[in-house]
Amino acid sequence: MTVPSQKTAMTPAVRMGLSIAFATGLYGISFGALSVAAGLTVWQTQVLSLLMFTGGSQFAFIGVIAGGGSGAAAVGAATLLGVRNAVYGMQMQRLLSPRGWRRSVIAQLTIDESAATALAQESPDEQRRGFWTAGIGVFVFWNAFTLAGALLGDALGDPRRFGLDGAAVAAFLGLLWPRLRGREPIALALACGLVTALAVPLVPPGLPILLAAAVGAVWGWLRPAPDAPREAA
Amino acid sequence: MSLWTAIVLAGLATLATKLAGYAVPERWLRSPRMHRVAGALTVALLASLTVMNTVASGQALMLDARLAALAVAALALWWRAPFLLVVVLGALAAALVRML
Repeated sequence: MTVPSQKTAMTPAVRMGLSIAFATGLYGISFGALSVAAGLTVWQTQVLSLLMFTGGSQFAFIGVIAGGGSGAAAVGAATLLGVRNAVYGMQMQRLLSPRGWRRSVIAQLTIDESAATALAQESPDEQRRGFWTAGIGVFVFWNAFTLAGALLGDALGDPRRFGLDGAAVAAFLGLLWPRLRGREPIALALACGLVTALAVPLVPPGLPILLAAAVGAVWGWLRPAPDAPREAA
Repeated sequence: MSLWTAIVLAGLATLATKLAGYAVPERWLRSPRMHRVAGALTVALLASLTVMNTVASGQALMLDARLAALAVAALALWWRAPFLLVVVLGALAAALVRML
């Protein structure tokens, strides 16, 4: 993706971040509604979205509670699903090199959407803008819609009816797309997609993406040094 | 363990996990080899997220309206549609297939 020198606030990274933030944030409605249905109070639901703030882990937590599981099991499932955020953290550390208090804020905002938006950009400025827009945007929308969902219950219906799950698929493919130049990244993407699909039914939730990450890391490690023509990030 | 205790513990555990990634010394990540690892890792993570969001339904594989979203998004990207349009088309495709 070539990013022309834009002086306006609405750079491509900001636009990407905002569209992802809104589409993802709307999912907060279903989280809020499901959480209250699982037996959590509105406050408990809101604290999950504010403090945990990583969708997969939050759904896992209330899923275990709804299924009658123990608190310890819920903590375990949520933590396991959040391990990928540490992998994102290492990547963001390299792109954004945060210092001091910013590091804690950036860490809390490190989730699928903010990391993916940052990683999809070429220039350091755009990476930074992408991360902050998606991170803060998802945080605001996710928490606002969590509250709405918790208060309204499931009166609003399933967000999948509006194709929001399709929006997420399209967004992640849109972030991956510019990286698929040349045979090698395409082969790697296909391999990692296959590993993910094969792993989903076999291992606990949260592990498939870590297996794909391991494949990517080994691939990059073993790749010969000289022919690295256009590797921006 | 009370529900509140579990909520706070789980929240702190996920925050600690996020912080752990940033605790890796930066100079470890600066070598040319780590640069290549990071590039490959990016493609791996984005590909995995795409597939996960397309076919995973909890711990099961499910082929449904999301496949249409993936196909329509790929076509739109092939025709160089802007990002926001791609996302909207993905949502429309999934919603339409579900309505049928």
